[in-house]
Amino acid sequence: MIVSVFAMLPTAAPIASHRFAALLHVVHVAAALLSSVRHAALFVTSVLAVYLLQPATPIAHLDFWLPSASLLLVVVVWCATQPLRLEAMRETLVTAGLIAGLVLGIGALGITTQLCCVVTRMPPPNILVVAAAVAGGVLTCILVVIVFAGHPARTTWLVFALIALLVAVKLNWPISGADAPQAETASPAPPPTFATIQWLGFSYIAFRLIHALRERALGKLPVMSLREFMTYVVFFPAIIAGPIDRVERFLKDLRAPFIFNMSDLVEGGRRLLIGVFKKFVIADALAIIALNDALAVQTQPGLWAWVLLYAYAFRIFFDFSGYTDMAIGLGRLFGIKLPENFNRPYLKPNLTQFWNSWHMTLAQWFRTYYFNPLTRALRMRNIAPPLIIFVTQTTTMLLIGLWHGLTWNFALWGVWHALGLFMHSRWSEFARARFGAQDASKLQWVTHLGGVVLTFHFVAFGWVWFALSNVETSLTFFRRLFGMP
Amino acid sequence: MTLERHSVLRIVVKALVLFVALNVAFALVDFPANGGVAALGRLSLYNTLWPGRARLPYGDDPGRAYNLSLYSLEAMFASHELSRGAKPADEFRVLLIGDSSTWGWLLRNEDTLAGLINAMGLTTEDGRAVRAYNLGYPIMSLTKDLLLLSHAMRYQPDLIVWLVTLESFPADKQLDHPIVRHNAPAVRALIADYQLRADPNDSSFVNPSFLDGTFIGQRRALADWLRLQAYGALWGATGIDQYYPDTYEPAQRDLEADASFKGMAPPLLPEEALAFDVLDAGVRMAAEAGVPMLIVNEPILISQGRNSHIRYNFFYPRWAYDQYRELMRKHLHLATTPGDVYYLDAWDLVPQGEFTNSAVHLTPRGSTILVEQIVAVLRKQMLG
Repeated sequence: MIVSVFAMLPTAAPIASHRFAALLHVVHVAAALLSSVRHAALFVTSVLAVYLLQPATPIAHLDFWLPSASLLLVVVVWCATQPLRLEAMRETLVTAGLIAGLVLGIGALGITTQLCCVVTRMPPPNILVVAAAVAGGVLTCILVVIVFAGHPARTTWLVFALIALLVAVKLNWPISGADAPQAETASPAPPPTFATIQWLGFSYIAFRLIHALRERALGKLPVMSLREFMTYVVFFPAIIAGPIDRVERFLKDLRAPFIFNMSDLVEGGRRLLIGVFKKFVIADALAIIALNDALAVQTQPGLWAWVLLYAYAFRIFFDFSGYTDMAIGLGRLFGIKLPENFNRPYLKPNLTQFWNSWHMTLAQWFRTYYFNPLTRALRMRNIAPPLIIFVTQTTTMLLIGLWHGLTWNFALWGVWHALGLFMHSRWSEFARARFGAQDASKLQWVTHLGGVVLTFHFVAFGWVWFALSNVETSLTFFRRLFGMP
Repeated sequence: MTLERHSVLRIVVKALVLFVALNVAFALVDFPANGGVAALGRLSLYNTLWPGRARLPYGDDPGRAYNLSLYSLEAMFASHELSRGAKPADEFRVLLIGDSSTWGWLLRNEDTLAGLINAMGLTTEDGRAVRAYNLGYPIMSLTKDLLLLSHAMRYQPDLIVWLVTLESFPADKQLDHPIVRHNAPAVRALIADYQLRADPNDSSFVNPSFLDGTFIGQRRALADWLRLQAYGALWGATGIDQYYPDTYEPAQRDLEADASFKGMAPPLLPEEALAFDVLDAGVRMAAEAGVPMLIVNEPILISQGRNSHIRYNFFYPRWAYDQYRELMRKHLHLATTPGDVYYLDAWDLVPQGEFTNSAVHLTPRGSTILVEQIVAVLRKQMLG
């Protein structure tokens, strides 16, 4: 009822009657209430999702501490970037209290054996330790407010701290025999193994926080409440695999009155179903035959190796874009229009266009906060343009590679694409000078098709570095692709 | 707004109608008579897009074995190289039926009994090439063997080699296996046709309802069928169809001082406790089709460890196994009539060092020893 009457407002407004004015008031109150409920629901669900989606870790209680650290980082960055507003103090204290209450509540679940693992995978730590940590978090936030208030330039410290943390998370850490899961068996403690820290969504959280810090340093960060900022950073549909939204765009949707309409429901549901189909039907089926370390060695040279490679190329696309569709669809159901992350990347005729249509929000983030500033800085030093392009593209792609993990293979994947982008930019320059407008010939569709095939295969070869864990296995697989044993 | 809502309603109603229609149609066309996806199971990417499998699909670790267990006999046989096409005129077709030792547990395909026979490049007197097909399945039940044999008869065998062991004989365990339970109609037909002693109304049979036959009801069978097709690519790419661990627990040599066998105590192993009726049914099935059969009492580990004076191995106390051999001999009347049924008692053929992780699983060398003996019988009795 509220929905349909509210939707009629533009046409009904001119009708001046007391009854309608009263009804209008009721509708406004109801819509505001609905928006408020929606916002509160998004906030609580997103905070809980940080814990619920965190995978189990081999180190005790880490599946509790990592999500808690995510929340603390969000609060710290908010404290460092937002002006002190006394008029909003009550709301801030309520939100902070709610966050602390949720953390303590999840920690308190450990007291009961029946409920201990309802939110976290393993029993949470002792509640007193959790309470002490919450108190420590509160003190940290107070300290941050004191240190950063009125000093936007100091936010750079936090950017570096987040980058350092991101690097630490991506490193392979030794897990001692006592910490390893096998220690639960009666067999002797195994030798230390190495693993990265499985911190759910941290790569995305860190990038959203750095985005906020840089915008603050540039004086472009909008004023927002802690609840809004927390919802933006840990927005549950986008926490696992993005997209990386811009905060001011996100706030626009979040603050807009929530009008539940059928088109959002249909479009959101459609994207959600498409995403589910792409991820759980196509990608998961392709995952069976997609390239991996074991298959790279076991497969016979020649045709079969190509089957595995193509399967991987399409698997990673359907997996990732399926997640994005689900995130966009879910967001739409809650009135948030998350940005697109893919635009038919495998149908692009060159690598530059591929990177404008693959993981678009990540590429945009790097363009904004690394590529463009570096390009500007190098131009001011009178360096030759081709060298600027080479340096900026190589380092950008290297960083994008390392963002996925600090391994030689991810670095090589980044360099592979950097070289491809550089070659394409040089070829474009050459072709423009040499052929000019001749490109618009009758054979344009042939060159377009050739470009699509060539670009797809360049990207697919790049996936060899991405999919496999080490250089030796990758080289073995490249040999198999070309029929060499 | 109203229009949009109306459209959504129409979409939902249409989707529901289509969903119900699809489910009913699926149940009518592909009722899960035998292990699910009966008609659909015949459709296969094997032998077209992927090479046919050298042994029947089986495995509980698909991620590493590129193989999986399913219940649909149609899908299983469709994935086997036996379904490659019409039987070549110059082929002498040998089907090997049996348990995991025939299937080739821990053995590469080239080291299984079928693989070794094929590697020998045998020919018959009339010049036909002997081609062996591995139809072993890692379940110890003669009824399971009979079920597979009945399905395999459509592939025009020239000879059937049936490898058996006492563990497959206990009458009360014949129906205790998923593949038997999920193929109730086919097993009931065998019970009726060959007057087997098994109860056709045994509670362990899975009797699908109409709802079980719908698309939703058959989701497990459909998923298995789809996964079987997908893993075919990896089978084709790697030639791997089981997981080979770096190490395994060797078959037990030191044994418990326990003389019982399946709840039976010495001194007498009652003949009626063993499913000789199923063995007879297999012999009859082959005879009715005019196909000779070689029954092999497969080699067992004869351990020399602790308590080996009581038991031969983990499976068999000596008294029970010795009586089983006597019963086999008596039952088959030492049959050596040409064109009929042949019997090879290979129980002590393989030395104990040539067993792997079970008292019936052979090493490649152990398989070779057995194959040499089987081929010797074939040459003498059938191939000339």
